[in-house]
Amino acid sequence: MPFVPHTPDDVSAMLATIGASSIDELFDEIPTGLLIDRLEGVPAGLGEQAITRLMHARASRLPARLCFLGAGAYEHHIPAAVWELATRGEFYSAYTPYQAEASQGTLQVTWEYQSMMASLTGLDVSNASLYDGATAFAEACLMAVRANRSGRPRRILVSRYLHPAWLDVARTIVAGQQIELCELPARDGRSDAAALAGIDAAGYCALAVQQPNFLGALEPVDELARWARHQGLLVIGACNPVALAILKPPGEWGDEGADIACGEGQPLGIPLSGGGPYFGYMTCRQSLVRQMPGRIVGRTLDRDGRPGFTLTLQAREQHIRRSRSTSNICTNQGLMVTAATIYLSLLGAEGLRRVALRCHANTRRLVDALTALPGVSLLADGFFHEVVFGLDQPVAPLLEKLAGRGIVGGLDVSAQFPEFGHALLVCATETRTPEDIALYARTLGELLAPSAESREHDA
Amino acid sequence: MMPEPLIFEQSRPGRRSPGHAPAEADESRGLPEDALRSSAPLLPEVSELQVVRHFTRLSQKNFSIDTHFYPLGSCTMKYNPRACNRLAMLPGFLGAHPLEPVDNLQGLLECLWELQEMLKAVTGMKAVSLTPMAGAQGELAGVAMIRAWHLARGDGERREIIVPDAAHGTNPATATMCGCDVVEIRTGRDGDVDLEALRQAVGPRTAGIMLTNPSTLGVFERQITEIAAIVHEAGGLLYYDGANLNAILGRVLPAAMGFDVVHINLHKTFSTPHGGGGPGAGIVAVGEHLEPFLPVPVVAREEDGRFVLHGQAQRPNSIGQLSAFMGNTGILLRAYVYMRMLGAEGMRRVADHATLNANYLLARLAAGGFRPAWPGRRASHEFSLSLQDIAREAGVNAMDFAKALLDRGFHAPTTYFPLLVPECLLIEPTETETLETLDAFADALLAIRAEALQDPASVRNAPVTLPVSRLDDVRAARQLDLRWQPLAGEPE
Repeated sequence: MPFVPHTPDDVSAMLATIGASSIDELFDEIPTGLLIDRLEGVPAGLGEQAITRLMHARASRLPARLCFLGAGAYEHHIPAAVWELATRGEFYSAYTPYQAEASQGTLQVTWEYQSMMASLTGLDVSNASLYDGATAFAEACLMAVRANRSGRPRRILVSRYLHPAWLDVARTIVAGQQIELCELPARDGRSDAAALAGIDAAGYCALAVQQPNFLGALEPVDELARWARHQGLLVIGACNPVALAILKPPGEWGDEGADIACGEGQPLGIPLSGGGPYFGYMTCRQSLVRQMPGRIVGRTLDRDGRPGFTLTLQAREQHIRRSRSTSNICTNQGLMVTAATIYLSLLGAEGLRRVALRCHANTRRLVDALTALPGVSLLADGFFHEVVFGLDQPVAPLLEKLAGRGIVGGLDVSAQFPEFGHALLVCATETRTPEDIALYARTLGELLAPSAESREHDA
Repeated sequence: MMPEPLIFEQSRPGRRSPGHAPAEADESRGLPEDALRSSAPLLPEVSELQVVRHFTRLSQKNFSIDTHFYPLGSCTMKYNPRACNRLAMLPGFLGAHPLEPVDNLQGLLECLWELQEMLKAVTGMKAVSLTPMAGAQGELAGVAMIRAWHLARGDGERREIIVPDAAHGTNPATATMCGCDVVEIRTGRDGDVDLEALRQAVGPRTAGIMLTNPSTLGVFERQITEIAAIVHEAGGLLYYDGANLNAILGRVLPAAMGFDVVHINLHKTFSTPHGGGGPGAGIVAVGEHLEPFLPVPVVAREEDGRFVLHGQAQRPNSIGQLSAFMGNTGILLRAYVYMRMLGAEGMRRVADHATLNANYLLARLAAGGFRPAWPGRRASHEFSLSLQDIAREAGVNAMDFAKALLDRGFHAPTTYFPLLVPECLLIEPTETETLETLDAFADALLAIRAEALQDPASVRNAPVTLPVSRLDDVRAARQLDLRWQPLAGEPE
């Protein structure tokens, strides 16, 4: 066992101080029937060399391939400095900064992060993170219901093309509190602003929309926000933070802006890592700050009048307010936020803008290349870095064939969104080169051709 | 230590670290004008070296396990082995998209499946879901499963969750989040649950009880079998808050104590990093009766040995999904590496030495005049001291002791928790500390006690060696200053 330092002499001396004859005796308050002699079902320990060999073998099972998946997790270039710095032991192995004087590093980083996210989203205040985009959205729904003082029903209008997994997660989390998520009318892959007039707004307390939405399309956020605010609904904007380098921030939507912004922080320097850890961000208007879930860092003064940072508004939180807290969250995604703060510092507004523009340009290039193929059509224009293509044949077998040729071609969303027929969701970030895109188009073209014949044959 | 200017204060217009973004800005062809942002976000304009220096200097303002002893009760701040981080960050894991064809993810899924199996073994439970991303989310999953079980039996009136007064704040907060009512029961004079109070609390509305064992008071709940019988007899289920599993790892299985559902904080017992607040992982393990309700996805192994993810389609009674993909996967990998390095025998030694270290510190401090909160009882892997006597005598409270420890190079123990112990210090040394460190810590606490009796003002003035002295929390909450505002000058 590699991490216990005591020598046999240490143990003897310690037992003597305690006045016990053996370590076993230290467990003498546990009813003997509960104690086991040995742990079954756990293999014998491995040395570092053996576990290294094992993990390298497992990691190598991920084949070299070209990946065009997005759907809520996006591959971006991550500067080397991001994780070199974030995994410094002083960040990596620190606890939650409850002892502020001994945690000024983490606290200042978090405060700088809050500043960056507030500005990126055009809102006043940010918390220190939630678990991921999905739970941030769920918490935003709970927060909107708490902030609803006008006695409106606990129902939230949600755009049809908000990330389906986020909706599942939100339903799991809000299920116990009788909160209902209802679908906004949609058309052509985005919310239908023209249909708003037919909605009885009195039946809802908030409206939530994702920008860009799950299908990559830009939503009519100004119309939605304007209508909702006018009707007295709170507005939740769920946004891709990289897109916000170029897209209008939720704080400026419509006439008065959204009230709460939330989303997946992963694009800001966090590796794909099989789905996590990522982080959820949340920002809001100043007037809602006391309804916010999670930790918040404030700047204040010390006894000698020097500025310093500390956790603040803790009366919202579970360790103080217990059953009446704004959320049960305790541990958050601190280290991911540290990485994101470093990422945003290295990129700056201009760097992030260029990343966003390159993502868009690459996706535009992908659209041009793929729609030139027979049987492939773009389902909705007006996108950021992800699009849905309509195909004239089932998507799953095509994806399988593409995988066989080293290309992960996107996500089959035909079953989730039957309104599009055979629908393929594809993403190209700044990490895809023109050659990658050309290879994808060429390979897809080769696979599509014979299939058209067989379809005629079937008919 | 010099104050570190904000990254925004180091910014100069036009300065960049250009290597991280495309060399030129592409056109925004196809993006409608009214969808675009009109002003750039306030992000710093700095060089890469400035960034590296800034964050390195900030890191140096932190205490951390790598630099300081961290005897934080109920948090299990043990050494985070380097191998766990290095091996979880291999490109073959970091580069995996969560929605890749499952064939591409076999190496990752094999690790996760084996992790599920090992977690079954250490809890004695029948099934595991790895998706909860922190202890509090594991609790939410657990209470939601308890509710789902009652509902499936047509027993929807059971909405009361019983929690001891010493419970973590997340327990009652979770019960509320799940739409349940919280019934608090008191702790008896010896640190165990008051069984009479429990008998009066249970009834036809009881959904279950949430317990930590050893409890947050630093003692093993000796009547756990009776508690389980009372709650089960009343029709409720038992939830095990695994925050203190480190104390009994490989010695007692939560299932054997009568628990129906367990969450484990992998960032405590299984040594994944705390990262300055997270990420964690709060996996849940359940008995057979709750298996259908486990949150998805769950890793399954098919007959041909292939690993797949089971979602709502395969598990229609699941309480649902709790994360966008499959939880904090990279953290799960770190725990997997740690558990494989420990092995069965190593795990048992974890509990043995964590308990040895706690009892040793308790013995030394009690001999030096500190008052254990539960005299005569064994410490588990942690113990609580009450500083009430010295607070009365010298006017130096638990927070003053905490701050004075920082000056002496030790992170403070948990203070003022559990609330029922007046002027409480909850001390958890973990198994990875040397005897020399434990002795130095005990010496420091004893020296502070002596100083408190002779010169209380100096203890109340601590810390004096850190980047800042005590911070004005009232000002922080009243004059909210939560972000950089370049033109505002003074905070709002």
